[in-house]
Amino acid sequence: MPSIATTSTKKGYKRKNSVFKVIGKNYQVYLMLIPCLLFFAIFCYGPMYGVQIAFKNYNTGLGIWGSPWAGLRHFERFLSLPQFWQVFWNTLYLSVYSLIAGFPFPILVSLMLNEVRNARYKKLVQTVTYAPHFISTVVMVTMITLFLSPSSGFVNKAIEAFGGEPIHFMIKSEYFPHIYVWSGVWQHFGWNSIIYLATLANVDESLHEAAVIDGATRMQRIWYINLPCLAPTIVIQLILSLGGILGADFEKVLLMQNASIMSSADVIATYTYRIGIQGSEFSLSSAIGMFNSVINLVVLVVVNTICRRISDTSLW
Amino acid sequence: MIGRTRNDKIFDAINGFLLLILLLAVAYPLYFVVIASISSPTLVNSGEVLFYPKGLNFTGYTFVLQDEMLWHGYLVTIVLTVVGTIINLALTFTGAYALTKTHLPGIKVIMFLFTFTMFFSGGMIPTYILVSKLGLRNTIWSMILPSAVSVYNLILVRTYIMRSISEEIMDAARIDGCGDWRLFLSVVLPLSAPIMATMALFYGVGHWNQFFAALIYISDQDLYPLQLVLRNLLLAGQNAMTDMISGGASGMDPQYIADLMQRAEILKYAVIIVATVPILAVYPFLQKYFVKGIMAGSLKG
Repeated sequence: MPSIATTSTKKGYKRKNSVFKVIGKNYQVYLMLIPCLLFFAIFCYGPMYGVQIAFKNYNTGLGIWGSPWAGLRHFERFLSLPQFWQVFWNTLYLSVYSLIAGFPFPILVSLMLNEVRNARYKKLVQTVTYAPHFISTVVMVTMITLFLSPSSGFVNKAIEAFGGEPIHFMIKSEYFPHIYVWSGVWQHFGWNSIIYLATLANVDESLHEAAVIDGATRMQRIWYINLPCLAPTIVIQLILSLGGILGADFEKVLLMQNASIMSSADVIATYTYRIGIQGSEFSLSSAIGMFNSVINLVVLVVVNTICRRISDTSLW
Repeated sequence: MIGRTRNDKIFDAINGFLLLILLLAVAYPLYFVVIASISSPTLVNSGEVLFYPKGLNFTGYTFVLQDEMLWHGYLVTIVLTVVGTIINLALTFTGAYALTKTHLPGIKVIMFLFTFTMFFSGGMIPTYILVSKLGLRNTIWSMILPSAVSVYNLILVRTYIMRSISEEIMDAARIDGCGDWRLFLSVVLPLSAPIMATMALFYGVGHWNQFFAALIYISDQDLYPLQLVLRNLLLAGQNAMTDMISGGASGMDPQYIADLMQRAEILKYAVIIVATVPILAVYPFLQKYFVKGIMAGSLKG
């Protein structure tokens, strides 16, 4: 994981007037920072400033600052909409399901790949399993639709071959979460295993040698040496995943959506998109978006705190 | 080294076999797309094409070659990818280098402010309003500027520079009279080749697969990037069909939908290949870099 904590200061600058001297002496560093600063100021903090329209009745003519305050009206409005809660639970369900199905897989695969001695076979498995990660969402959804097609998809051909009836997978709302989650696992497990594989490559070989002398089997060495070495990385990945717990893959859900599966295939992001950008309800949709971001942030902070208490590993 | 016992061999065999299953589970759908794209559509649709191409047929590719929208989208995407990636790299590397100077005043605070955006954002709608206000809608910049820097990549590059370029080299250059800019250009960048390749790939793929920004900011067909054209080509017909089945679109002419479906069926596999091959052809060559880059950039020391 990217280490977020910064390293210790090298020199302490005691007096304030020397600060300007230091900046002047290192002006090139600050100049190099300007493009990045501009980007973050405009495109990251700009929208954070704009999020105040969640508390206003946004009017394009009056602008963000000029629009009249509305208090918490928009929050009250969407919290009382039954449709919002449907969308909320759909999002949560998809995320939790994705996490449970998708999180352990890359860890398992990295542990298995780490045991392969034939370097070429290892590389082959890696190269092939990384491939789907590079496929665009549009192509991915097209592939899913093609393979699951009731008339021509090979999945239904297989079902028919075993005497079953072809299933209209893409228009049955009960199948949507499974298709969404497992196609996601298929697409990303290889890629997500890289980080664990990298950690495993750094495991101290002498630990294994000592364990062999003590008569440990392969499984025991994986269980008692490799897995504990992965633990910090696992914790960090878990914290990051939980920090996005209300963030389903907007593009994929949107592209898979159709009129018959909306009861399970409508998530907060697509709902916000529909009422906000397509329906121009800027304030209401900003309120929903903000609610979403705040929940994510709160979950992240809570999980990070818990992890710091019980495992010494945390983002900060 | 560790010797191999009989149990070891059994373990290796089972492990290798399980990975083989995994390998096939990933490879088969991809392989299927390839063979389906050069087989007779009728045979593909009746489920007869399974392991090798049947009824060799390049109609799909002929259609693709004639589709002007698609080639135009291709062109837009190439421009987007090249210009976008150059901007991404310029901002990410200059920023990352500056952020390694944590002993300078203000840098840590700025680092925190940047990192914070990873976990909290204004959201889709305020961003949309901002981009509209800046007059970027229906320009190529709406697909480039709002994602000009990824914090995650910034941190990766910063960690890489801190880890792999030793203080001694930097100090030596500084004693020789190198300013930070010279140091960055002639020492840091040449030593950052692996992470540079990794970043070019990450950002490049992001632009190539860009869909969301185009969907919300671009309505001018001349600026449609590849993925938007693909969506219209590949999924529009499908949705028309699913809606027809579910009674969603009663007003549409069934004959029209059938024609659309027929055309789309022939095209689909070839389109997928043409749209995806450029990236799938590149990443294996960069594999050793991105594995190394992620490793050096992300591990806690």
